[in-house]
Amino acid sequence: MAAKTLTIDGRQITAEEGETILQAATEAGIKIPTLCHLEGVYDVGACRLCLVEVKGTPKLLPACTLKVAEGMEVSTDTERLRKYRRMTLEMLFAERNHVCAVCVANGHCELQTLAYSQGMEHVRYEYTFPKWNVDNTHRLFGMDHNRCILCTRCVRVCWHIEGAGTKNVAGRGGKSQIITDLNQPWGCSESCTECGKCVMSCPTGALFQKGSTVGESERDRNKLEFIVNAREKKQWNA
Amino acid sequence: MILNDLLQLKEKELAARKKILLRCCMAAGCISSNSTGVKEQLEKAVAEAGLQNEVEVRGVGCMKLCCEGPLVAVEPANEMYVKVTPENAPSIISALQGGQANVDQTDPNAAFFTKQLSIVLANSGIVNPERIESYVALDGYLALHEVLNEMTPKDVVETMVKSGLRGRGGAGFPTGLKWGTVAKSPGSKKYVICNADEGDPGAFMDRSVLESDPHSVLEGMAIAAYAVGADQGYLYVRAEYPLAIARLQLAIKQAKQMGLLGAGIFESPFNFNVDIRIGAGAFVCGEETALMMSVEGKRGTPRPRPPFPAESGLFGCPTLLNNVETFANVPAIYRKGADWFAGIGTEKSKGTKVFALAGKIKNTGLIEVPMGTPLHTIVEEMGGGAPDGGKIKAVQTGGPSGGCIPAQHLDTPVDYESLGKLGSIMGSGGMIVMDEGTRMVDVARFFMEFCMDESCGKCIPCRAGTVQMHNLLDKILKRKATARDLAKLEELCDMVRNTSLCGLGQTAPNPTLSTLRFFRNEYEDLLQPDTFDGGANHSQTVTK
Amino acid sequence: MTNIATPVTPSPVAPAPAPHPSGDKRFKILEVHMKKHQFRHDALIEVLHKAQELFGYLEDDLLLFISHKLKLPPSRVYGVATFYHFFTLKPKGEHTCVVCMGTACYVKGADKLVEAVQENLKIKPGETTPDKKVSLLTARCIGACGIAPAVVYDGIVTPRQTPEATLEQINKWVQA
Repeated sequence: MAAKTLTIDGRQITAEEGETILQAATEAGIKIPTLCHLEGVYDVGACRLCLVEVKGTPKLLPACTLKVAEGMEVSTDTERLRKYRRMTLEMLFAERNHVCAVCVANGHCELQTLAYSQGMEHVRYEYTFPKWNVDNTHRLFGMDHNRCILCTRCVRVCWHIEGAGTKNVAGRGGKSQIITDLNQPWGCSESCTECGKCVMSCPTGALFQKGSTVGESERDRNKLEFIVNAREKKQWNA
Repeated sequence: MILNDLLQLKEKELAARKKILLRCCMAAGCISSNSTGVKEQLEKAVAEAGLQNEVEVRGVGCMKLCCEGPLVAVEPANEMYVKVTPENAPSIISALQGGQANVDQTDPNAAFFTKQLSIVLANSGIVNPERIESYVALDGYLALHEVLNEMTPKDVVETMVKSGLRGRGGAGFPTGLKWGTVAKSPGSKKYVICNADEGDPGAFMDRSVLESDPHSVLEGMAIAAYAVGADQGYLYVRAEYPLAIARLQLAIKQAKQMGLLGAGIFESPFNFNVDIRIGAGAFVCGEETALMMSVEGKRGTPRPRPPFPAESGLFGCPTLLNNVETFANVPAIYRKGADWFAGIGTEKSKGTKVFALAGKIKNTGLIEVPMGTPLHTIVEEMGGGAPDGGKIKAVQTGGPSGGCIPAQHLDTPVDYESLGKLGSIMGSGGMIVMDEGTRMVDVARFFMEFCMDESCGKCIPCRAGTVQMHNLLDKILKRKATARDLAKLEELCDMVRNTSLCGLGQTAPNPTLSTLRFFRNEYEDLLQPDTFDGGANHSQTVTK
Repeated sequence: MTNIATPVTPSPVAPAPAPHPSGDKRFKILEVHMKKHQFRHDALIEVLHKAQELFGYLEDDLLLFISHKLKLPPSRVYGVATFYHFFTLKPKGEHTCVVCMGTACYVKGADKLVEAVQENLKIKPGETTPDKKVSLLTARCIGACGIAPAVVYDGIVTPRQTPEATLEQINKWVQA
């Protein structure tokens, strides 16, 4: 493997031939925002957040699929790129129903984290408030299409790592959605191995483990009675 | 088959010619106006008049003046009958015997015909697309023979470079350079794909070429395959073109039977097979990487380039992808020479371009003109201007990826660079004329809606951006938008153009941007005064 | 397939063993077509074309049959079938009226044709009348721009249409 020398954000970097700009930058400690990228599965260059500027190329190119080349001069954090990244995130928020306050992923959501880190504080585009379903038919997992950003990480882990091919994208454009088998309820899937990789890979709260949603947090009302009895009647018979 | 067989076939076909030839258009447009019935009646009338030995009635492809179909041309009298019906068709035969034809005629010496220069459409309307012999009679497959026997693949690529031909699919990439790259790419398996997924609404050049002269495309593909070292070809045709598909299937079958396709072509070691792949209604599949996904039987979503198809294309192999018109140019270039071709057109845009002229214009149909012909010549002289004394307002080229050129710029020559400077593109050749009655914001919304519906949904800027831009255009049209919305629209146009994954998204803002450039007042007239919170979305904060 | 998955409700569609249990001959024809393509994965779109030609539309049972025969995940078959607008997963009406909405037809008033039919039949493009008689569809461009606006009535391209002419044809179907 031949080594390649290139410049990323003004820093001289060496990378191995065949590496992507994203890999090279990560090794050098330069952080490029990503969303559809997931370590371990192939990249699709779909979210456009990792777009970088390459000197001599008029087009912006995705760092996750762009291979390093000798003498390349890459900029990952220009004003223009920051603006486009904020706009991309705004569009995502306006596209479906992302309401952080009531989301299972609140606090550990990659979309939310990116919005903060990229300085996207509010959405200037009109929310479309589409009506998407929630599939709660699986005994372990749920899928809330309202929070899906169509990054296809779940599709890729299901196909590439688990090999089951349960998940795929159906429809196209803004009407695309992640499906299970023949667009069946997840609970009816014959191919799903219940491995849970799709849930692990989901950057938002679209795929979740049951029992973790805000609405599902169960309250044990008997405990109240126990406390009252304990405090007032001094009886600890739980 | 060897050269001698081919020449004998040609001689035999030429010897069978009759004194009078009636050419009856059997392309999709005329068939929909019942040219099949016209042809039947003509044949019947010929038989009844006992003229079978003197008159040939030949079903041919497009004769270009589609709005006047069904068309029947008479040779050698050089007459063209228009809007022929099965009822009045027999009178054309009576006219041959000195009677009177009660069918309207058009002047074959009108500018619509005389200003044309045919390379791609040279055989269109002359050969019978359903008989390979008819193509051979016009020197068909001679170029392939010469290429296989007298040229090395390297020579073939060099000739193409010298000809200066540029891709006719829209972007205008030099064809010779593309061929050279695929030829040099290492790999034992390579593919040649013909993009016949003519998706631009308002374009029908490729359909006409395939319906009228399928063998020229097959011959072009075979020459390209020899140049790059491919042995398998695919023709990706839209499902909306059933007649083109049927004629291609027939043409492939005939060529295989004669040993002009398949194994050992012209008894050389060169093998080339062509299969048809039928599209299923996805505009994005006109994009090369999406098209290859579709040929592989997958969802037609594009992938980032690099790697380019020339290095890693169909099934991961080096792949040459050109469109129908590009391939249709190929046989003529090798028959007549690269210098002859390079002598036509402008310095940077060589040869001719076929346009589908439609919309608010008197003569609609197909025209082929040398590159550099002014738009004015095309729409006013050849097209005859707007119908019913109307005035042309703009000409739209490049479909949903192109732009609207206003009337004051009609002196622009059609070549890749000039149209690009005006914010439009050459595109595949759709040319829609708009008159004073057309509202430009409406046109912009029409194309944006198209792109929104046709977005594959893979990348965010195109998937979500086209929705936002469409909503803003809709808001403007409904007189609910303010200057702030217009600014937002422009910002989105810039962003979607620069960040989308493929050509569909990158060019989706073009119709909006070009109408904003030349007809900004039409947008501004629809705006409402800016109020404090008018139009803007109330801030939706990301909460934690 | 593992047995770990215990579906909450029974699967709505049963896996298709060969030959198709319905005894419908069309499945056999479809299988021959798949065999012609050596059951190759890349023939999926060709096979879907043939299936739609035979059955008129692609229902779940049929898609599952194809996925089993081509040895593809059902999600992949469904994903492809819904990506391309030419494929339809719902049955069409007895008659179809496809209005071309290409640019040339649009500037010559194709939208008026759609409006007229929409109002007359009370259905939107892509829908079928409740009596399953007529489906209204729009096409992106059928390449018949020279004779715009064009409408395809039951597969027959008809040139230079007006709202009146379109309604006349529709009414013929409705009254038949």
